[in-house]
Amino acid sequence: MRFELKRSYWEDIRIFRYRSDFRWYMALVFLLLVLPVFIGDYYISQFNVVFIYSIVSVGMMLLTGFTGQLSLGHVGFFGIGSYTSAILVSKGIPFLLAMPLAGLLAAAIGILVALPAVRLTGMYLAIMTIGFAFIVEEVLARWESLTRGNMGMVVEPPSIGPFEFDSEFSFYYLALLILILSLLAARNILRSPTGRAMISIRDSEVASQAIGVNLMKFKAVAFALSAFFTGIAGSLSAHKLSFISPESFNFLESVKYLAMIIIGGLGSLHGAVLGAAFLLFLPGVIIAVKEYLPHAIASQPGLEPLLMGLVIVLFILFEPMGLYGRWMKVKHYFEFFPLYKKDTFKRVKSYYKAEKH
Amino acid sequence: MALLTVKDMTLRFGGLTALNSVSFDVEKGEIYSIIGPNGAGKTTIFNCLSRFYNLDEGTIHINDRDITKISPSAVSNMGIARTFQNIELFKNMSVLDNILLGRHRKRSTNLLKEIFFTKAVKEQEMRSHLRAEEIIDFLELQQYRDQMIANLPYGAQKTVEIGRALAMEPEILLLDEPSSGMTMEETEDLSFWITDIKEAFGITIIIVEHNMGLVTSLSDRVLALSFGEPITIGKPEAVMEHPEVMKAYLGDEGAFA
Repeated sequence: MRFELKRSYWEDIRIFRYRSDFRWYMALVFLLLVLPVFIGDYYISQFNVVFIYSIVSVGMMLLTGFTGQLSLGHVGFFGIGSYTSAILVSKGIPFLLAMPLAGLLAAAIGILVALPAVRLTGMYLAIMTIGFAFIVEEVLARWESLTRGNMGMVVEPPSIGPFEFDSEFSFYYLALLILILSLLAARNILRSPTGRAMISIRDSEVASQAIGVNLMKFKAVAFALSAFFTGIAGSLSAHKLSFISPESFNFLESVKYLAMIIIGGLGSLHGAVLGAAFLLFLPGVIIAVKEYLPHAIASQPGLEPLLMGLVIVLFILFEPMGLYGRWMKVKHYFEFFPLYKKDTFKRVKSYYKAEKH
Repeated sequence: MALLTVKDMTLRFGGLTALNSVSFDVEKGEIYSIIGPNGAGKTTIFNCLSRFYNLDEGTIHINDRDITKISPSAVSNMGIARTFQNIELFKNMSVLDNILLGRHRKRSTNLLKEIFFTKAVKEQEMRSHLRAEEIIDFLELQQYRDQMIANLPYGAQKTVEIGRALAMEPEILLLDEPSSGMTMEETEDLSFWITDIKEAFGITIIIVEHNMGLVTSLSDRVLALSFGEPITIGKPEAVMEHPEVMKAYLGDEGAFA
C-alpha cells in the first residue's frame, strides 16, 4: 500500500505525481529510443504509424475525450495538414516551417468549423463534422491546380537542413520526438485553467457558464487545438507515405480515430496512446493468429472489420473507461492491496456509460 | 446606492407569467432571502440574475452597471457566483479540481503560456491551489479532497458547490436552497458558514430557502413571492407574520374551518 505525504502544492501540479512515475517514463523513453536498433524495418514502420496516429488521438482526446464534443470529421483536418505541408515543401519551404504551418492552417479551419458547431451538441455535431470531412475530401479532389486532384501528389521525405529523414529508422526518431512534444503540450494545457475549462464544458455546460467559462470561446479553442495536433500528424504522415491522394482521407478514417480514443479510454492521455497502439497493432495480431485458426474461420472475408467492431462494442459495454481505465484498476488494486473495494469505480463507470460521450 | 438593483423584472413562458414586475434591491454586505411556495418563481429570479433566461421587461443593475443583456459567463466574471438547487458540479472531477475551476475568472494567463507552462502559469496555479486549500479547510472538506464528486454523499456535494462559488471570490453569492437534502448537523454547519461568508469574506448573499428557521435566523431582509408576484419585503419576523404570506403558504382561513 502506498502512503502519500504531500508537502507542497507543487506536488499536485507537477507533471509526474511521484518521483517513481518519472523514472518509469524515463525508462519507457529510453526503451523506445533503443528499440529500433533491434527490430526490423517492418516493425519500425508499424511504430511510426502508431506514433503518427497517437498524435491524432491526442488531438481527438482533447476535443472528444476532454471537452465532450463528438467529431467524426477529423480526417478533414488530417487531410488539410497533409496537403498543406506537402504543397509548401514542394514550393521550397523547409519542412521545419511547413509542419507547424500545416498545423496552424488546420487550427484556423478548426475555428471556422467550431463557429457553427458551438450551437450543436451530440449527434447533430457529429453529423455536421461528417459534412466537413466530405467537403474537405471533395475540395482536395477538385482543386486540381493546387492538389493535382485524384492523380495524387508525390511528397518529399521530411528534411531538416541537409539531413533527410528518408529511412524508416530516422523517421522513427522524428515521429517519436513530435509525439512526446505533443503529449507534453497536451498535459500542460490540461493542468492549467484552459484545460480545466474544457473539461468543465464536458461535465456541465450550465455550471461552466456559472463559473464564467465562455462556452463559445473554449469550444473554439478545443476545436483549434485538436485540429492543430491532427494537422501536424497529417503533415508527418504525408511525408512518411511520400504519396497522398484525396481518397486516403475518406470519412471512415475518422471512425477509426474515434475507435482509438474509446478503446484507449476517454478522458486520459495515456488512453490516447494506448488506443492508437492497440488499434494499429490489432490487424497484425489478427494476421498472426489466423494461421492457427481453423481454415473455415480464417478464410472468412471481413474477419478483421468484424473483430474491430466487436472489440469496440465489448469495450463500451464492459470497460467504458478503456484500456487505461483497466490499467488504473489493476494499479489501484495493488496500491491499496488488502483494502481494495470492489465498487470503487462503480459510479464512475456508470457515469461514463450514461453521459453524453 | 444599492449593490444589486432589480427593476420591474418580468418573465413570461408563453402565456404563463412566471415573474410579474418584481423589483428589489440588495445592499452590500446583506443576507437577503427570497421565500415563497413551490412555483412562486424564486429559482426563476436566480436564473434571470445569472442570465440563463432573457427578461421580457425590466432591468438588472450591479453597481450601476446594466447586466440585463450580457452573457451568462460575463455575469459570472463580474462577480456573481451561484449554486444550483439540483447540484451542477463537474461530476467526473475531484473536489479539488471543482474548487480550482471556481478560479477560472481569476486567471491571467493565455493558452500559449499554458502550453509551455511558463513561470507565470506555475505561480498562478500555486496561488489557485493555496486559495482552494483554504476553502477546503473552511468548509471542512479535507476528507473528500481527492475524491470524485460522483462518489460523494449529497450533503458534501452541496458543500463543494458552495466551495466552488467561494473560489470565484464573488461580490454576490446566490444560494439556491442550500439546505435542501442536508441533515440537521449539516444544516447547522451551513448556517455558521453563511454567517462567516458574510462577515469574514464580506460577500453579499442572496438565498432561496424553504427552511424558515434558517431564513429567520440568518436574513437581514426577506422578499416573499407568490405565483410570480412580490407580496412583501421586510425584516424576517415581519414577513413571516404578514397575512398575505400566511395565505400564500397555508391557504385561506376558510380552509381550516
